[in-house]
Amino acid sequence: MQRFPCPFCGPRDETEFHFAAESGKTRPEPAGEVGAERWAEYLHLKKNPKGPTREIWVHTTCGEFFLMERDTLTHHVAGSSALGAES
Amino acid sequence: MSSKRIAVSGAPRRELRFSFDGKALTGIEGDTIASALLANGVRIVGRSFKYHRPRGIFGAWSEEPNAVVDVALDGVHTPNVRATTHTLAEGMEVRSVNTGAGAERDRNALIDRFGQFLPAGFYYKTFLWPDWHMFEPRIRAMAGLGRLDPETEPPADCPLVSAHCDLLVVGAGPAGLAAARSGAASGQRVMLVDDQEKTGGSLLHRAARIDGEVGTDWAQAVAGDLARTGHTVLARTTAFGIYDHNLVALWQRRPDAPDALWHVRAKQVVLATGAIERPLVFPDNDRPGVMSAEAALVYLRRHGILVGERIVLATNNDKSHAVAVALREAGASVIVADTRSSAGAAAGPVVRSGAKVEAVHGAGGVEAVNVGGDRIEADCLLVSGGFTPTVHLLCQAGGKLRFDESIAAFVPGDPVAGIAIAGAANGQFALSEVLAEGHRAGGGGGKLPATDSEDESYGIEAAWPAPAGKARQWVDFQNDVTVKDIELAARENFRSVEHLKRYTTLGMATDQGKTSNMNGLAAMAAITGRTIAETGTTTYRPPFVPVPFTVVAGRRRGEFFNPVRRLVLENEHRAGGAVFREYGGWLRPAWYGSGSGADEVAREARQARETVGILDGSPLGKIEVIGPDAGTLVDYNSYQTISTLKPGRIRYGFMLTESGVIYDDGVVSKVSDEHYVVSCSSGHVPGVVARLEEWQQDRFDRARVFIHNSTPQWATLTATGPRSRDLVASLSLDVDLSDEALPHMSFSDGSFAGGPARVARVSFTGDRSYEVSVPSSRAKALSDAMQEAGRTLDAVALGSEALLMLRAEKGYIIAGKDTDGTTMPHDLGVTGPRDRRKGEFVGKRSLFTENAMREDRPQGVGLTVPDGAPPLPTGAHAVETANGKRRSIGFVTSSYESPSLGRPIALALVERGLSRMGEEIEFFHLGRTMRATIAPVCAFDPEGARING
Repeated sequence: MQRFPCPFCGPRDETEFHFAAESGKTRPEPAGEVGAERWAEYLHLKKNPKGPTREIWVHTTCGEFFLMERDTLTHHVAGSSALGAES
Repeated sequence: MSSKRIAVSGAPRRELRFSFDGKALTGIEGDTIASALLANGVRIVGRSFKYHRPRGIFGAWSEEPNAVVDVALDGVHTPNVRATTHTLAEGMEVRSVNTGAGAERDRNALIDRFGQFLPAGFYYKTFLWPDWHMFEPRIRAMAGLGRLDPETEPPADCPLVSAHCDLLVVGAGPAGLAAARSGAASGQRVMLVDDQEKTGGSLLHRAARIDGEVGTDWAQAVAGDLARTGHTVLARTTAFGIYDHNLVALWQRRPDAPDALWHVRAKQVVLATGAIERPLVFPDNDRPGVMSAEAALVYLRRHGILVGERIVLATNNDKSHAVAVALREAGASVIVADTRSSAGAAAGPVVRSGAKVEAVHGAGGVEAVNVGGDRIEADCLLVSGGFTPTVHLLCQAGGKLRFDESIAAFVPGDPVAGIAIAGAANGQFALSEVLAEGHRAGGGGGKLPATDSEDESYGIEAAWPAPAGKARQWVDFQNDVTVKDIELAARENFRSVEHLKRYTTLGMATDQGKTSNMNGLAAMAAITGRTIAETGTTTYRPPFVPVPFTVVAGRRRGEFFNPVRRLVLENEHRAGGAVFREYGGWLRPAWYGSGSGADEVAREARQARETVGILDGSPLGKIEVIGPDAGTLVDYNSYQTISTLKPGRIRYGFMLTESGVIYDDGVVSKVSDEHYVVSCSSGHVPGVVARLEEWQQDRFDRARVFIHNSTPQWATLTATGPRSRDLVASLSLDVDLSDEALPHMSFSDGSFAGGPARVARVSFTGDRSYEVSVPSSRAKALSDAMQEAGRTLDAVALGSEALLMLRAEKGYIIAGKDTDGTTMPHDLGVTGPRDRRKGEFVGKRSLFTENAMREDRPQGVGLTVPDGAPPLPTGAHAVETANGKRRSIGFVTSSYESPSLGRPIALALVERGLSRMGEEIEFFHLGRTMRATIAPVCAFDPEGARING
């Protein structure tokens, strides 16, 4: 079982977390100006990289979404930060 | 009968009575089942899995391939335990497994005569026609392991213990003890775990002196010091799996308590797991009486058992010569047959060099051994093919191995972060080096333990299995895999070790090939002309030993498996005769009364339409959205615009996924411009809270809108029916209940019993309804008051089943029941927001995709059946036939016999359903066809007069 660092609560077992999204995805809008392919890409296409990745996760017990950098191959977790704080 | 107890060191031990295959025997305290059987001279302890060959005890611990038994003790039946690791207890009934009438006389023993016709894969190749499944049950019955006792369900009493430490040391032999001691000395919080009863590992049977003390005394002192200084020392505890980020799973066997499962998160893990002796492979090397040499030493030193009187010891290394010396001292005659051309000096008088075992005689157990052309009478044949480091946990954690020719073994390769490995597990067999490695692995704190005994030499020269004509040479005892099976696998091109394993089942038995994998892959290497390094090992996976499911499951069984949410008023409902069912995770009254469910539900539904029904609606969502941006967030979350409501008003609407599919429906109350209450369906509360949180954090100013789930803080009792207002009026809620002050889809705040109360006119039945919410602490008072008031109004307690029927009469949907993973609002005829609403909301763009705008989408409709026809089965498919082919065009989602209408009603999703009103279509269900006519979803009071009736 992996251990993830919630930026607010500290390290916790992975069962307390849900994956939310790959980071860097922006919702295309307004709806009237978004083409079908662009919308389908937003809805369905994931990069799913092998190796280092930046993802949005939610710590279900505190309800906070945050950014996590981890490696999908080695399961090494490089770190996490509150959203909006990383820039 | 050749093995026997000769002496027991230390204080006299209590005698324990037990039975084996029905025969009464006696052991002593401290015995394993295996040592007790050996003390009684029992030779045959089981039959092999496939050929039913007689088998004896081979090992002394978890590597044991043969001695698997069923144990009954105090009414608890435990199948498939290793006799070598299971502690003997008074009154234990032990039975051999996979035997017809006990291990000694097995009625399937005949199978072995046909052994040469039963190579690997035989059954699957032979019983292909007409169907393997025809033969499978009888073949399975002949091969196998122990039996579960269906009469006894083990209690769900194994706790899960979570722990953290700086240093977890697995194995309390010399390396592990040195590691734990140096870890503690360098200031770490240490956990030391060992799977045996006593601390010491190899020190318990191989004499040594450390820091001036006898090895076992030193071990006791180190473990004792650790425990006294606040560290954790666990005996009888097996580390069976290592998982991501150094989570180690432990199985602890406690003497007077149920077993426990531990999850230990360790900053650093030291694996000091030792090594396992593997057999030499020669013809008939599976006879009872063939035993690991190291095991013989364990039985001698720890249990006072001499495993034979005339012993042949076949070896390829120096280590087992010490065993020969010890056995001679204990009174046995021992002849050492060493495969090496010049055997070591420690050998003692009777040693044959360059000697191989050519044959083993004795169908029921070793009687004689052929070595170098001579027949030697013997009652026991000890074997040592060298030691295989126990690297399972390291490999589970992703560690790679390298083959070390000098010790003929795979040893740890590149280091793994957070894990150190020391001692024999690391391929180190000299005690002084073992201690040094352990000391370093633990952090190097304190003084390095020193041994004042001389290191034993190892001096192994590999002696790997090789094909030997017609003779059967066993590699995997438990699964009956011979060298010939490996040859066959190679011939049929199953050459990769992973294919070899699956084709022959090598290493797939409950011992997981602890004694056989190394020999098996070496044999494959020899047969295919590759090196052992090139051949490689199979993947190591948890668990290291079989762990009972009761331990893994722990207390998460029965009602704790997926605990239901419970109503505050559960006891009151019970007193009222409620029959409970689970709805969306909540345990709720399905109906009341002791009659048949269908009768009671019909009675409740009919009466609620006539007088007034009282329903516990507490699980309905009450999610508060508060702040200046609350209206924007609620609008964004909803298909319908909510914020345009006046305060005190309520609106029904859908929540969509980003794919435009209906996720849930419900009502939203506007308390003020900065305060809304989202009342979603009971089962969707956590999901709706989660999506509100997600959108709030993703695109709103968190200082301007806040979400709070207050569902559990409030109890809601609903009065529905023509007399509902009379009932609520008598509760003195301090609310004006006139239709002018409180029209349908509005709410008003009042008080009840000195606390707040909210009365909302929302209806899920189509009749005039009032939802009365009070703090959960006042739920019972409200319930009592409503019961009391209901007495004169002929009120009825309404369960969930009747409510489901009443709402279906009105065509009100249950999201997820009357909709599926494709249903969009316009499929239910709700198109306003899609066509007219400006601005963004969740799922909007998806409502305009090519797929969303197809005309043949399944749409929500009602159904009527011909006069006198029974209700349609829920799930029945609507079908159409074109060109002779029948095709599903939808299905029935809800179906009831309506007591108010006196006829069946149903809801369905049907392709183009909304444009097919009045059309009769065909339905198909489990071979039956029936007909029904498409109708509007609302079957009862279509004008809606009763909402104010």
